[in-house]
Formats: sequence, structure tokens, C-alpha cells
Amino acid sequence: MENEQLVVSSSPHVRSESSVSGIMLDVVIALVPAVIAAAIFFGMRALFVIGISIATAVLTEALIQYLMKKPVTINDWSAVVTGLLLAFNLPPTAPWWLAVIGSAFAIAIVKQLFGGLSYNFLNPALAARAFLLASWPVRMTAWAQPGVDAVTTATPLAQPGVDAVTTATPLAILKGTESAGQLPSLMDMFIGNIGGTIGETSALALLIGAAYLLYKRVINWRIPFVYIATVGVLTWILGPDGAFTGQPLYHILCGGLILGAFFMATDYVTSPVTPLGQIIMGLGCGIITVVIRLYGGYPEGVSYSILFMNVAAPLIERYTVPKKFGEVKGRA
Amino acid sequence: MKTVTFKGGIHPSYNKEFTASKPIRPAALPQTAVIPLQQHVGAPCKPLVKAGDEVKVGQKIGEAGGFVSVPVHASVSGKVVAVEPRLHPGGQQVMSLVIESDGQDTVDENVQPRGDIDKLSAKEIIDIIKEAGIAGLGGAAFPTHVKLSPPPDKKVELVIINGAECEPYLTCDHRLMLEQTDDVIYGTRAIMKALGVSKGIIAIENNKPDAIAAMLKATSAYANIEVMALKTKYPQGAEKQLIKAITGKEVPSGGLPADVGTVVDNVGTAATIARAIKTGMPLIERAVTVTGRGIKEPANLMVRIGTPFSQLIDECGGFADKPGKVIMGGPMMGIAQYSLDVPVIKGTSGILVLTEGEAQAPQVQVCIRCARCVEACPADLLPLYISRYALAGMYDKAEQYNAMDCIECGCCSFECPAKRPLVESIRLAKRAIAANRRKAG
Ligand code: SF4
Ligand code: SF4
Repeated sequence: MENEQLVVSSSPHVRSESSVSGIMLDVVIALVPAVIAAAIFFGMRALFVIGISIATAVLTEALIQYLMKKPVTINDWSAVVTGLLLAFNLPPTAPWWLAVIGSAFAIAIVKQLFGGLSYNFLNPALAARAFLLASWPVRMTAWAQPGVDAVTTATPLAQPGVDAVTTATPLAILKGTESAGQLPSLMDMFIGNIGGTIGETSALALLIGAAYLLYKRVINWRIPFVYIATVGVLTWILGPDGAFTGQPLYHILCGGLILGAFFMATDYVTSPVTPLGQIIMGLGCGIITVVIRLYGGYPEGVSYSILFMNVAAPLIERYTVPKKFGEVKGRA
Repeated sequence: MKTVTFKGGIHPSYNKEFTASKPIRPAALPQTAVIPLQQHVGAPCKPLVKAGDEVKVGQKIGEAGGFVSVPVHASVSGKVVAVEPRLHPGGQQVMSLVIESDGQDTVDENVQPRGDIDKLSAKEIIDIIKEAGIAGLGGAAFPTHVKLSPPPDKKVELVIINGAECEPYLTCDHRLMLEQTDDVIYGTRAIMKALGVSKGIIAIENNKPDAIAAMLKATSAYANIEVMALKTKYPQGAEKQLIKAITGKEVPSGGLPADVGTVVDNVGTAATIARAIKTGMPLIERAVTVTGRGIKEPANLMVRIGTPFSQLIDECGGFADKPGKVIMGGPMMGIAQYSLDVPVIKGTSGILVLTEGEAQAPQVQVCIRCARCVEACPADLLPLYISRYALAGMYDKAEQYNAMDCIECGCCSFECPAKRPLVESIRLAKRAIAANRRKAG
């Protein structure tokens, strides 16, 4: 036989079709319904903020990698995901520079400073949100009421830019810190016809995206389901008028819980890889969220609880290494 | 029929359609057979012949080098032309007996029927199996008589005959179950008798419904042999995962199937045992699936041990295109070959030819901590960490993360979206850890 040039490498000799960019693209796809919902309820203004945020994230990533003479990996879609998620955490009234600063901070400081994809220990979008909230608290909490007839208008995208009217979010109302206002209907909350950040408004849109991610096995049920269930059960038990008088559905549907549970707490880099660790992550996020919402100084606790659990994740992981196959009891 | 399975694992493309419907046909006799003195796990054989000697088919030409060892036999009749190191499909040079065939295929006089299993004692059956040079035909090539001689303190109660054939592409076991159904059952009965066990289970993945049906029909006469359907999932045929699926018991870490009262043998091994008892012919040939997109006419062949890969590739019409990779075994655990000038050995279940495109190494990216490797690992390990420490040369840390419990199934590497060399690096760590243990012990 003639001398063939054969490739010799160690098994396995076949690989799955999955890829890093494919997974990140799936996350982007999963966020598209929420982008559409944002456009419907908050108008072009929201799309503008989202666009600025994504563009800044991608450019920052490219620039930093270029300056640090590292391979430019913007085609892995991960910067797009960060930009999108950051925009989702901004109020629709956010000025363009807020999105630029937030996005640049998320990529430059939180992600690249720690070595790039998968070395950051905090979720970049959430850390940037916390930074913006601390620096520009008023800008970050100027919630807009969606255009009154947004849902029924024939061309919702033609809605004029929403005015920066400050309105009370349902959570603030639930907590009683803002007396003005009345709780929106559950249906409005589910569809998204309520005030809030750009991305958290429509539970329905987010759940469609979440279902897609679960179906594509990009995320698994553990963190989001345990997180949401914990919030539901605890807010029901710890009701304002004694045990079991809470309104768990409001707590689940409002604020950034669904966005946080499915799209941010599940961030690979900042959550445990062990199955038990993921359950603990969900539980921890749920407990902290409820404590902040019911007893803390802020109306919303999703981002802080996830950031806190991000910090705890390596420790959780260390204590939840699975029992190996065939491990004999008592001889760990 | 209810199906059973284990936790973890993957669903690769099976690609069995290339050969699943192709009956096993005999391959041509090799002109020169190269019989390595080490084809099994354990001590190498000692040669019984020297250059110039005449040999006949089935004649013992290498004596077992210890208890964990099996003899080798001439697979063709002719003349021994050399006793020298030759390239082995495992990748090393191994002392081998080179036989030039006379084309006569004359059978050795000692090859005679050994009687009926009902009359043979357990010990006699084990001796026949040992003398026939039988080592696991599933690929691992562990000497079968050793499995059939468990230490007296381990009570074996169940024999599992492994017809899972979970490796993609391979179909030789599937065909054996269809074409040599009775031999598989005869061999199963022999194994059960050798162990004094009253229950046997033939386990088959449910992507082979025809094999399940054939076995069900043929076992109906034997109340103590059951056929069980397994969920199609890789690595369903891995010994420990198979036992877990069927019995619910986990073989202890570092232990043997006998620790949970079980012995597992491959269907090909069972059929070979049947032949050794019925005709006295030792293990001189085996079924091999020659397949892949890089092969013109994929086929299942009955091949004499010692036949060079190159001859089988020619027999299947040659390469379809410029070949990228030639693998002995399946794509998940098989061994890539440097040269086609290597012989078929007892553990050669397949020859898989990948095209150049398929053989291209994927680009490795950083780990994104997606945990897919964790979900896929049937041994419940954290491949990303073992691999990270292995690549950093921190073998003690790799050991703490249970590197030694890795069964090298490759599920982790298969699933990894960043295409990281997970099992590849874990394998290195295992070798380093084993070497350290030997030094320490
Ligand atoms: S599958 Fe690959 S990328 Fe995902 S955690 Fe494991 S090693 Fe990392
Ligand atoms: S770590 Fe070992 S046992 Fe686990 S999936 Fe990888 S190769 Fe298989």
C-alpha cells in the first residue's frame, strides 16, 4: 500500500455539532421575542438603546482584543449576548450614553479584564447594571409606562418615543413604598403591558425564549425552575397579612425574575457546573431575591441575588462534587 | 418491550446503515498472516514455533504467558517465515509470528469436537475456552477464562451477554446475532455452565429490533435465558453501565463485575466459544465491520486473525476518496492507525475509514463551563476539571477529581462545544497516575 498521510489522533474521532458560537447564537435567538415585546411596548426608543448597547459591546470586545494582541473572537456572539442583556436591564428611557458606558464596562472591566470569555466571575451584564445603578440611580429607575394602547395599535412600532414619565413599578407598589398607583392586572403583567426595564417587561416573550433554550438544551431546568419556585413559595408564605397571604404570581411575573432566572442566573461562567450546585444556586437566588424584595432597601432583588450567588458559585461547586459512579458508601 | 438504561451518555449519529443489512461474508485468506504474541490484556505469549516451521490452521503457535494470558493459533496453513517485532494496531511494535500461507487451508489434526456442554464439566469448559485463545471480542480483549474463574468469595449469579453494540458504525455483533443466533445461545449456555449460574440475559439495544426478535425466538426453548432491550444510547455497552442498566447495581469504583455477582461477555465471544466446543476450532477468525464514508463498499467480513488492514480495504473496493483517518474499532473509542500494514487481531471489531473532511481536527476554544461534559459523563465525573488539571500537569489534583474512574468512553469530548481534548488529556493523567502508583507501591 502506498504511503498514505493518515491523521493519527486520540479517540473520540467524532464530535457533536455543538459549538460555542452556536450556543451563543441560540441565546440571541431566544432573546428576540423579548426584543420584539420591548419594541411593541416601549417603541423605537427601546430598539435604539438595544442597538447602541450591542454595538458598544461588540466594538469594545474587538478593540480590547486587538489592543491586547489576542485573537478577536467577536464572531462567537458572546459580546452580542452581553450587550443585549445589558440593554434588557436598562430603563427604556435610558440615554444613549448610559448604554454605551454600561456595555463598555461589562465587556472591558467585567469580562476582558479577567481574561475574556469564561474567566469573569460575575455576570458582565448584571455587574454593569449594578455599576450604573450606583452611579446614576435616578436615570436607572426612570420607568416608563408603555404606550396606553400599544397592544391594540395596528402599527405598534410607529408609537412615538415614550416620554420619560416616572411611574411606579408593580414591585414598588407591592412593597408599599410608592402609594401612587394600583397593581396592574396579571394579564397585563404576563403580556408585558407594564413599566419596567427594557427586557423584563413581557413574561410571555421571555418564556417563549426560555422554552427554546430548554428545548435546545442550552440551559437545563435546575437553576431557573428552582429559583422561580423558591420565590413563589416564599412570597406566598411570607405574605403581608400573615402566613400564606402573599401574591406569588405577581412576584413571579413582575420585575426581572423571569429574565434573571432563565437568562442571567443560568450564565455558564458564573454558575456551578454540578447538578446539585445548580439547585443550590437556584435556591440561594430565590431566597435572597425574596429577602430583598420583602425586607430590603430596594424594590427589586434579582440582580443583587444573582451577583451574590455568582460570587458563591465556586464554593458551592467545590462542596457539590457528584458522587462518582460506583462510589462505596462511607468510603468517600 | 420495556427498555432499560443508565444515567448520562450521548446520542451520536449511529451511521450503522452502511453495513447493518450486509450479511457477514468470508474475506479472502491472507497471503501472509501476522500473529502478534500480544493481542489480549495480560502477559504476552511465548512462541512455540520458529522461522521455517510448517503450521496448520488452528495449531497452537504461542503459549499463554501466565494465568492472565491466552495462547495464539495459526490462522492459515503454511510456513513461519519470521518471528520479529511488527507494527501492532495498538501503535507499538510487538513480537509477532509471520506465516506465509500455502493457500491450502489445511486444518490441524488436533482440531476436533470437544463434546457436548451437557456432558462437559465447568472446569472442562473453562479449559477449552482458555486453550482456544478466547479473549473478549468486544474490543477490550480481556482473557475470557479469567472472567469465568472469579475468586471463590465472589458469588456470581448472573451472566450478561452484551449485544448492545453501542459504538457508532459497527454492525458485526448485530449480524452475528442474526446469522449465528444459535451459536450465541450455545455460547451463553456454556458460560453459564462454566460459572454455575442459572440466569443469563442477552442484552441488545433497541435499534436492532430484528436481532431482539431473533434472539427472543431462539431463546424461547431456554427458560433461564432472557432477552432484554436496552435504550439506544452510547456507551450502553460499557460493562459497568450495562450492569447498572440491567441490575440497578453499581460496580464499586476500582472493582469488578463479579463484585456485584455478574459476569459480562460479548456476543461475539459467546459465538466463538460455541465454535470452540462444537468443532474444536480455536479463535482464528472474527467478524469485522469495514465501514465509513471513506470506503467504497462497506461490508461485514469474517476475517482470519493476522490479515492486514490493507487487504480488507481492497476487498471493500478500496478508498472512496483520499482517506483522512483509519481507525481500528468505532469512532468513540477506536484507535487511529499510522499504517495500513497492521494485522487484524482478536479485538478488531471494525475498520473505520473517515474522509479527509471528517478527520479534520476541530479548533479548540476556551471552556465556557456549559457543563455538557458533566451531564454526559456516565461515570459521574467533572471532566472539565480533571482535564484542566491534567493539562496543567497537576496529576494529584486530577486524581482527587477521580480521574482513575474515567472509563474513557469519550462522551465528554464528543459533547464539548469548545471541542476541548477532555478524554484525551484525562487519559494522559490516568497513565501518569498509574505510573506514580506503581512507583509508590
Ligand atoms: S463541555 Fe467543554 S466547554 Fe462545556 S464545561 Fe465541559 S469542557 Fe467546558
Ligand atoms: S470523563 Fe471519562 S468517563 Fe466521563 S465522559 Fe469523559 S471519557 Fe467518559
